[in-house]
Amino acid sequence: MQDFAQSFVLAGTLVLDADPALVQIVGLSLRVTATALLVSALIGLPLGAVLAIARFPGRGILVVLSNALMGLPPVVVGLCVYMMLSNAGPFGVLKLLYTPTAMIIAQSILITPIIIALTRQVIADLNEDYADTFRSMVVPVHTAIATLLWDARFSLMTVLLAGFGRAIAEVGAVMIVGGNINHVTRVMTTAIALETSKGELALALALGMVLLLIALAVNATASLLKSVEGRFAHA
Amino acid sequence: MSFSKFLASTLFATSVGSAVSSAALAEDFIIVQSTTSTQNSGLLDAILPAFEEKTGIDVRVVAVGTGQALKNAANGDGDVLLVHAKPSEEKFVTDGYGVERFDVMYNDFVLVGPKSDPAGIRGMTDVTSALKKIAETGSVFASRGDDSGTHKKEKALWTLAEVDAAASSGGWYRETGSGMGATLNAASGMDAYALSDRATWLAFENKGNLDILTQGDDRLFNQYGVILVNPEKHANVKAEFGQTFIDWLTGEEGQKAIASFKVNGEQLFFPNAKSSAPN
Repeated sequence: MQDFAQSFVLAGTLVLDADPALVQIVGLSLRVTATALLVSALIGLPLGAVLAIARFPGRGILVVLSNALMGLPPVVVGLCVYMMLSNAGPFGVLKLLYTPTAMIIAQSILITPIIIALTRQVIADLNEDYADTFRSMVVPVHTAIATLLWDARFSLMTVLLAGFGRAIAEVGAVMIVGGNINHVTRVMTTAIALETSKGELALALALGMVLLLIALAVNATASLLKSVEGRFAHA
Repeated sequence: MSFSKFLASTLFATSVGSAVSSAALAEDFIIVQSTTSTQNSGLLDAILPAFEEKTGIDVRVVAVGTGQALKNAANGDGDVLLVHAKPSEEKFVTDGYGVERFDVMYNDFVLVGPKSDPAGIRGMTDVTSALKKIAETGSVFASRGDDSGTHKKEKALWTLAEVDAAASSGGWYRETGSGMGATLNAASGMDAYALSDRATWLAFENKGNLDILTQGDDRLFNQYGVILVNPEKHANVKAEFGQTFIDWLTGEEGQKAIASFKVNGEQLFFPNAKSSAPN
């Protein structure tokens, strides 16, 4: 395939030249997804922990629900957010449609269930080791949650990376609510979709490679932090 | 630095970053709901900078199929509509969603297909006979299938050809349900016939084995119109900016910009606004 070879060259040129248009698109992709991840983490980590250790009626249903919502189709999320933010919708007055904020909302909805469900599992596993200690020391629930979240931080980092990966790679939701507007809401995935529809397959693939590089860089950074922190913890 | 501190500082930095940048978004912009053909061909990228420089109004283009553009604009999610499906546009105005419709430019549709041409339509100028032959030979045809302007046109042509193409959906008639470029990619991949606007076709970079086989029929004429979304329906519509854009597009400067846009030396759109001064 000639296109593949051409794409590698193109991807290399794009990165080395730090093409301003590309830098802007990459910057927006990272900003939107990082903010969505922050929102989802603030909601999902505590909720997941509560689901893991608290016992209340309906808990089982919530667990199944959060697990099921991990499979939310991005296009459906995009459509729902569009209908909410449209000027004909209930939140039209906020004027958020076709802005990065709308994209952050859509991605947050998409990955919050992932953070909740995976956090619940991680914390539930850890709690099996800790439950007796908590009980004997009569630790209040919020302290127990904080302790568990802190001690599980390395596993939770993988949870956050899963959410990050899902958000930065999705195209269906941000295309609908962002509109793929040049210099305003164009991100890596929507740019790839646009170049594909122009028949610029090599350029589209090159952009895809750049996106992979970004994901690789983010994961490498996380893993580096893990090993540095791990060394301190055992020193 | 501990992991939590790092996480907190990174996330704080990114959220501040995004707050700053959204504050920097000026209010001087309009949203134009338009079709994939105007964007995929590169027309808007080529002509908009002159308008933005002259007026200071930023034009944000949402490029979707005509059906979706009409729906979005009817919801008030846009200030100006620039599409190519005249009957639907006129209905949009009669229904009160738009103020008035103006002709902007035209190009034409072409029937593309594999160079081997199993239906034998190369060089024909009668589009309905060509479509009939495609149906009779059961040659694969890739349809947009997305209620876009091109799809509406294609359906009208099948009706004129007295062929019930939709009845063969899934057989030789393949509805891709996607934009013009994606449909051409599909046609290129499966050696299918397809109806395309000439602009997207000429700018398209993955032609593969495809070629223009039938063109030049009057019925393949493709008129673009521009409409201001009715501010009486949606108070948020930036009527003044939107009208400025429409006046520019249908005026001498905009019309000249459209005429001078070329891909590989070939003019893709032909301005024909009535209000423009004679060129």
